[in-house]
Amino acid sequence: MSLLQVKNLVVEFPSRRGTLRALDDISFDIAPGEILGVVGESGAGKSITGAAIIGLLEPPGRIASGQIMLEGERIDQLGFEQMRHIRGKRIGAIFQDPLTSLNPLHTIGRQLVETIRTHLPLSDKEAHERAVSLLKDTGIPAPEQRIDHYPHQFSGGMRQRVVIALALAAEPKLIVADEPTTALDVSIQAQIITLLKTICRQHGAAVMLITHDMGVIAETCDRVAVLYAGRIAEIGPVHEVINHPAHPYTAGLMAAIPDITQDREQLNQIDGAMPRLNAIPSGCAFHPRCPQAFAKCKSARPDLMDAGMTRCACWLQEPGPETLRGTA
Amino acid sequence: MTALVQAHDLAMTFDVSAPWLNRVLERKPRTLLHAVDGVSFEIEKGQTLALVGESGCGKSTVARLLVGLYEPSRGHLMFDGLDAHAVFKTAEGLKLRSRIQMIFQDPYASLNPRWLVQDIVAEPLIEHELITDRAELRGRVGALLSAVGLSPFDSFKYPHQFSGGQRQRISIARALATNPEFLVCDEPTSALDVSVQAQVLNIMKDLQRKLGLTYLFISHNLAVVRHVSDQVGVMYLGRLVELADKQTLFASPRHPYTRMLLDAIPKMHDTGRARTPVLGEVPNPLDPPTGCAFNPRCPHANGRCRSERPQLLDQGHGRIACHAVEEGRI
Repeated sequence: MSLLQVKNLVVEFPSRRGTLRALDDISFDIAPGEILGVVGESGAGKSITGAAIIGLLEPPGRIASGQIMLEGERIDQLGFEQMRHIRGKRIGAIFQDPLTSLNPLHTIGRQLVETIRTHLPLSDKEAHERAVSLLKDTGIPAPEQRIDHYPHQFSGGMRQRVVIALALAAEPKLIVADEPTTALDVSIQAQIITLLKTICRQHGAAVMLITHDMGVIAETCDRVAVLYAGRIAEIGPVHEVINHPAHPYTAGLMAAIPDITQDREQLNQIDGAMPRLNAIPSGCAFHPRCPQAFAKCKSARPDLMDAGMTRCACWLQEPGPETLRGTA
Repeated sequence: MTALVQAHDLAMTFDVSAPWLNRVLERKPRTLLHAVDGVSFEIEKGQTLALVGESGCGKSTVARLLVGLYEPSRGHLMFDGLDAHAVFKTAEGLKLRSRIQMIFQDPYASLNPRWLVQDIVAEPLIEHELITDRAELRGRVGALLSAVGLSPFDSFKYPHQFSGGQRQRISIARALATNPEFLVCDEPTSALDVSVQAQVLNIMKDLQRKLGLTYLFISHNLAVVRHVSDQVGVMYLGRLVELADKQTLFASPRHPYTRMLLDAIPKMHDTGRARTPVLGEVPNPLDPPTGCAFNPRCPHANGRCRSERPQLLDQGHGRIACHAVEEGRI
């Protein structure tokens, strides 16, 4: 059974000028111990997906319809208090900026012990021991001394290690990591990604890794979901999506990334930009930018359909007469 | 022929001492931060030099030195045979400044939200008194916007009506307004999404070809650097550790730090393969290690590396500051 199931999730932001739909009918699941990557450009809805799962949607944002099931139990309708017990205990969270996810006024030890004691029935002393061992697991040198230090005494990479320790404090089964390495330098990024991967494997936690960096997805994830304008454009095993993308958007995105191993005179570019939420095109949201768009793309919205090893929301994948295509 | 831009031993020191009263009461000495410490390079006309390095290595300080936003504490900058920082102070300074322009990282912060695009792009023209006629000014702004792939009608909009990529094009149009020869680009695409980044990089390369522009391109992304540059300088803690042409640097990186940076990049097409994690972190620039600044993280460091600072020496293909390379150990 899947650990997390998201079914037909719709997130809306009511506003005076009408309701904006940030996520439109998103479905995916995460198996125990699996690392699912969620990738997309700014405004695609990656972070909203993460926030909806951990119950931290900023009002007026709300789940308009759909379900989120954690180990078979619905969690999208729980109240704030009930959700507080799930957050930390069963779903851990790691955010982009480690400085804002730690309280600057408390030592990291106090923050770890507080989290551990909120969720686990341990004494102060046992919680302290657990905190030290968590810091040790995340590769912080001299954890016995470092535990009494304040967040500003750590470097960016070390702080993100503390945040990972904090997320793992109560042995959650799922970790939602929203751009965990974006604020870090490449050399530190590699350390943190390796750590996240090994430590989650050790603790048996599944990870939902939200990022805009295809390189990070490629080396870390088992499966990947590509988001565009609030919908999943393509989802499948990471190797397939990267090497044989089925959706024209995924293909364009892959071709736009400068490659370190080869020289190209001109980068492939996708003209235009991601549509704004108040002006999502009819039919397939990608059709105004799509080089292969044909008549049907403008009128009807494609759902996810099988495309080789992946599932992809594109009319090109629809079995049918070839003659309709190629006429934009 | 001499290069268009020649930096000789540029250095920038910031005084980050505690306030005077604290220094007196607590008997603290002055503390100096050597943000850039003796950087020399040359850029030929029509070429691109890229500077790469991690946060805090002094890349942006070099950019600000080159456009005259900072005055160097040591060394000098020759631009087209002129000592740039001396000329900036004279009456000729404004004319020289119009030949060197800058593109900033964050297109959300570098455009005034209360100005029309027309006024933003026209500002350098008015400031440098290049065009005073209103109608001519409008025509020039329209031409600049078309050159970066926007429409002349966009000049009557405000920055918030544009996406990140379009805003960065507006900053490019503004930088091109005075017909500069040299553009300093400080991380021009790092705030942009990949598909938009490709658009902006393509425009920058097209403009270089058409107008014969010379670029200093600052980035932390080696893949982007490989795409745009002719020469690459790798910086670490305020100093250049390797300077070579692009082909050489990417085919056979010599300095251990360059190798480490290249290894740290995720490889797109072999999925699931972990990259070699880099050991350690960048040291505190207020208290840099003795000798070679990279020695605490370097697998090849020996006694000499810990005591003597390596100089940037010519090693056949490119210049490298490393004792191990010089001695032939690696």
